[in-house]
Amino acid sequence: MASELIGKYMREDKLPHIWCPGCGNGILMRDVAQAIDDLGLDKRKVVIVSGIGCSSRAAGYMDFNTIHTTHGRAIAFATGIKMANPSLEVIVITGDGDASAIGGNHLIHAARRNIGLTVVVFNNSIYGMTGGQYSPTTPRGDYGTTAPYGNIDRPFDIAQLAAGAGASFAARGDAYHVQKTVDLIKKGIAHKGFAIIDCLTVCPTYYGRKNKKGGAVEMMKFQKENFIPEEIAARMTSEQLAGKRVLGVVANNDYPELTEEYAALIARAKERAGGGK
Amino acid sequence: MSKRVLLQGNEAVVEGALAAGMRFFAGYPITPSTEIAEQASLRLPLCDGHFIQMEDEISSMAAVIGASAAGVKSMTATSGPGFSLKQENIGYACLSEIPCVIVDVQRSGPSTGLPTSPSQGDYMQARWGTHGDHPVIALSPSSVGECYTLTVRAFDLSEKYRTPVILLMDEIIGHLREGVELPGKITPAERPVYEDPECLRHPYHIPEGAWVPGMKPFGQGEFYNVTGLIHDEEGFPTNSNEAARRLVRRLLDKIEKNYDDIVTVEEFMTEDADTLIVCFGGTARAAKEAVLEARAAGVRAGLFRPVTVWPFPEKELFALSGRVKRILTVEHNDGQMAREVERAVRGRCETAFLGKIDGSVITPREILEAVKEGRRNGK
Repeated sequence: MASELIGKYMREDKLPHIWCPGCGNGILMRDVAQAIDDLGLDKRKVVIVSGIGCSSRAAGYMDFNTIHTTHGRAIAFATGIKMANPSLEVIVITGDGDASAIGGNHLIHAARRNIGLTVVVFNNSIYGMTGGQYSPTTPRGDYGTTAPYGNIDRPFDIAQLAAGAGASFAARGDAYHVQKTVDLIKKGIAHKGFAIIDCLTVCPTYYGRKNKKGGAVEMMKFQKENFIPEEIAARMTSEQLAGKRVLGVVANNDYPELTEEYAALIARAKERAGGGK
Repeated sequence: MSKRVLLQGNEAVVEGALAAGMRFFAGYPITPSTEIAEQASLRLPLCDGHFIQMEDEISSMAAVIGASAAGVKSMTATSGPGFSLKQENIGYACLSEIPCVIVDVQRSGPSTGLPTSPSQGDYMQARWGTHGDHPVIALSPSSVGECYTLTVRAFDLSEKYRTPVILLMDEIIGHLREGVELPGKITPAERPVYEDPECLRHPYHIPEGAWVPGMKPFGQGEFYNVTGLIHDEEGFPTNSNEAARRLVRRLLDKIEKNYDDIVTVEEFMTEDADTLIVCFGGTARAAKEAVLEARAAGVRAGLFRPVTVWPFPEKELFALSGRVKRILTVEHNDGQMAREVERAVRGRCETAFLGKIDGSVITPREILEAVKEGRRNGK
């Protein structure tokens, strides 16, 4: 199945990718391709937009119209693309630093406007491309190359942040639970309005090593045991869920979508300008 | 059919942009350019275009590039501090060759400065604001009519050369109201799109005789990658020194080697002039008045006005420098274009400078005095 997806949706001559051995990003990139395939989207209508960082190299490997933009600005570029041609399915691939630090302002405002983008965050809790500095999602007390005495910042929960800013769809996935995450990305793409899927991924090279989390296998095992899909969590007691994170939908609302609202605005403006006609 | 209307400079920019085919505008409120956003928000929906007020200057620039990648002619407008914030993405548009127009209605700086006062302090920022070696085209209007015609030209040059073009205005022109003759129907330029199979495989391939790539807009079935990294003909990142040299050289050459197509100037009473005033934008109006007054007082003055301010019109100025005794550069800053003038003149005649950094306008009288005094330094 994976090889079929590669032939259909990846630029094979650009592979292998630059990600480190054991990185979860390849799984998440595959999840995005799987979601596109499952939904039967017209490739010509899909645009993949990314920012800067490990996550954002995904755009280059995917065989669509792809644009690898500036650090933090992927959602802003995507906003222009979607406004210019609302018939396009615009998918943003970004990282935790890209989306919630340097690009945090664009994230909350796109959520507030409810523009029909799907944002998939490859959230590895660290700045990987620059060598392991702490990010806005690094847990308190964890280490990074710029947190040699432990991180004293409180982390963002990106899905909750987006929901708080008015995102009409927000969800949390991960690298281990592939089917669940593909399902959430599909829901996000199919959702009319701004959708964000915060996908917790693993960075054994920097985050794992700095924090003694073991290698890729141990980090994936951690996700398997501690990240619980919502349908399973529903059958668990609060004691059983203590210390675990639930994967699933955080917000799902029916708000007016920006480009549809703009189409109505155009009609209104023309009617007003037409006056007595 | 042309028509005569009373317009503000900022409004005329929007009229010109719409005539040129602009159908997307993203901006953020900032004095003294805000009327451009206001007018765009009013007019664009009537032309099936889109306006968006973004959360900041940076995202406005990003949205404009995104919309242009989707094939829609796009523009943003700002002023000094906002122009600084847009610079990173302007460099992105240079390297990825996505056309767009950026209007900078200059105000007095540095920093927040004097927000409602005129200045031409962004002249060098327009050239070197974004990092790295990059091409720049900047045009500077001196009348409301030119706000219209140069905005059309900014779009045309941007599409033709697939590069951002800066309309470098100043508060004087942005807020000036005067009667203008708007041309009838115009035929705007469109960006080159090649059907050559080689170009479909290699979207950044440059066919023989061309200067720019010809990829189709997003959504039209041609899949390619756009990046702000140094890239090869396929649009993919590369660390090759040779690919880097070839790409950056071509980006610079596509402007430098087409100087004659891009650069325009206005010469006023230069034929027999022995004192030449070099002045651009709103300040050139005072300079023109000073030329007339100098002539009335028996001084043979003339005006050389760069309309294209980047690339700097050095060929034309060098030619004139052999015929005049003295060149007086008058600018609303502390001498930014004056250095370009000295570089172009290469010591062939005496040079002097008159400038201002206090936010007040430069008057014809001050220029006239500088012409008469032959003073070297207006500071």
